[in-house]
Amino acid sequence: MTDKSWPLYEVFIRAKSGLSHRHAGSVHAADDEMALNHARDVYTRRNEGVSIWVVKSSEIIASDPAESAALFEPAKDKIYRHPTFYEIPEGVENL
Amino acid sequence: MYTQGLDQQGKEPQGLQPRESAERLAAFQERIDAEEKIEAKDWMPEAYRRTLVRQISQHAHSEIIGMQPEGNWLTRAPTLRRKSILLAKVQDEAGHGLYLYGAAETLGTSRDQMVADLLSGKAKYSSIFNYPTLTWADIGTIGWLVDGAAIMNQIPLCRCSYGPYARAMVRICKEESFHQRQGFEIMLALSRGSAAQKAMAQDALNRWWWPSIMMFGPSDKDSKHSAQSMAWKIKRFSNDELRQKFIDVTVPQADFLGLKVPDDELEFDEETAHYRFGEIDWQEFYDVLAGNGPCNRERMQVRRDAQQGGAWVREAAQAYAEKHAAQAAA
Repeated sequence: MTDKSWPLYEVFIRAKSGLSHRHAGSVHAADDEMALNHARDVYTRRNEGVSIWVVKSSEIIASDPAESAALFEPAKDKIYRHPTFYEIPEGVENL
Repeated sequence: MYTQGLDQQGKEPQGLQPRESAERLAAFQERIDAEEKIEAKDWMPEAYRRTLVRQISQHAHSEIIGMQPEGNWLTRAPTLRRKSILLAKVQDEAGHGLYLYGAAETLGTSRDQMVADLLSGKAKYSSIFNYPTLTWADIGTIGWLVDGAAIMNQIPLCRCSYGPYARAMVRICKEESFHQRQGFEIMLALSRGSAAQKAMAQDALNRWWWPSIMMFGPSDKDSKHSAQSMAWKIKRFSNDELRQKFIDVTVPQADFLGLKVPDDELEFDEETAHYRFGEIDWQEFYDVLAGNGPCNRERMQVRRDAQQGGAWVREAAQAYAEKHAAQAAA
């Protein structure tokens, strides 16, 4: 038996043209081509996609949940970045 | 993020607080109570992680082993239509196993480890797959009852507190409903057929009914993992609640087919609007779990043979990948 395990790939699927690719799950494969084939077999048995991306999981750089406050809190109080922040008098249109 | 990314999981603010301080556990429970999803890299109590690895990997193993009883009939399906359907269903079971291994791997246990635990007998799989499929009617009964019970169990898991498991379950549940319907359709055809076909359907129901209702696990009073799993919102309903629900929806379907559920104590209780049913033979359940069901040894042998028989393919693919990587680098 082989002791060397195949690397893990993350699978992203575009459901149809016009939509972005979305994470579907993961597969193990010996190489990139096999990863695409496995992703096709495992995640598109019911016409779920028109395009597949696979990327080695080890190549993904992710933010650390422990730092999520530092990263994302600063945006929370900047409500003036949303159009609903502004008061527009009744009767003013096309704005 | 997935297995490899989990290396960072041990990184903790040094010397601030012990890993599982009361504050941390309380904060975790608060997130659960607020219906927040827990994701792979989030902090979680070790017991939560262990429970999930155990449950998700057992679930994955069940899907993989579950291909065997049905695979047994692939070459003997009565028509090409039935054969194509059964093949698609068995392929789905393989897919479901893979979604679930993927979800379990996010918790930091490798696929190889999980497979090794299955092959060594350390990890369990659903007791139901240790029963034989003797006739074509068994294929109908499995779809109708076994997949029906699985759906009943799995729908609440779509809301499980662990994100990757919940997402895998959403996908599985969507695909599973065809499994149940094709099974019912087989039963319908048989029950409308000749006397011999109807008898075959009844015989299959007689053999699969009790093992199917055992699929919900031990009675609540004997279920050792239930309370904590409920608190962590891994489980949403108790074993007995789900079992009752399954019986309540399935008995009218058996009536429609004109088949008799093999339980003399089965009776509709007008007051509670539930069916009362007879005592389950838990000794049989525990015997099958312990490895002494009719097919336990055969199922494990087939799996071990498949793992060994496929070793050369995995090795060849690995060698090919390495050769091409070396050529690209040169």
